Amino acid sequence: MMEIIIGTLSGIAASMGFGGGFILIIYLTVFVGVDQITAQGINLLFFLPIAFVSLIIHHKNKFVQWKKLMYLIPGGLFGILVGVWISSHINVDFLQKMFASLLIFVGVKEIFHKNSEKHLTKQKQSNIIKLLKCNDREKDS
Amino acid sequence: MKKHIMGLLCGLLNGLFGSGGGIAAVPLLEATGSEAKESHATSVAFIFILSIATTISYLLGDKLDFITAAKYIPYGIIGAVIGAIFLKNISNSVLRRIFGGIMLAAAIRILLK
Repeated sequence: MMEIIIGTLSGIAASMGFGGGFILIIYLTVFVGVDQITAQGINLLFFLPIAFVSLIIHHKNKFVQWKKLMYLIPGGLFGILVGVWISSHINVDFLQKMFASLLIFVGVKEIFHKNSEKHLTKQKQSNIIKLLKCNDREKDS
Repeated sequence: MKKHIMGLLCGLLNGLFGSGGGIAAVPLLEATGSEAKESHATSVAFIFILSIATTISYLLGDKLDFITAAKYIPYGIIGAVIGAIFLKNISNSVLRRIFGGIMLAAAIRILLK
């Protein structure tokens, strides 16, 4: 039963780009007693087919920017190698805490961002109302 | 050039901490002009490629627990379809606010570790 709930929730989060890993990894390590590295491995295996299915649908909806992605991949793969090498030489705890502080800053900014779409639609609405009024005036005269 | 550095930064985070590249990719993509929905979908594609590379490195080193993963995958695929439908129908603004909350939660989890 828990497999159904955790599997589905992780799938939804992973598909939406929320990082489904955190649900599955937390569940496996805290409630099942799997160690962190094994849980990360399970999450990797879980993510591959889920991402594949999601991407088919995202592609149909024209949300995947493939051209931009092609620019990201070489740096991304090189970055992993460098990151793994650095982490095997120094303690990364402090770096990770700094990253977390940056996340708080960006997270708060995103939560309280000004909704430009709403603003735009309101502007559009007022434009439409103005146009309608002009039409009415023309009709009257 | 900017995009190459973005990729490098996300890869570096994944290499250093084992995760975090995906969470960084979304605001970085938004900063280069992508809509929230495009950023999220493209980050899934990006992390998919990076995960293939990481899986290969796991296969060479530690053993992978295929049996446990297989228990969750069928439900995960159902979730993937539901998530993709959600992403299509959610507004960019709400998506950004939810993801902001997830960033905060991830940050708090790291800071309490």
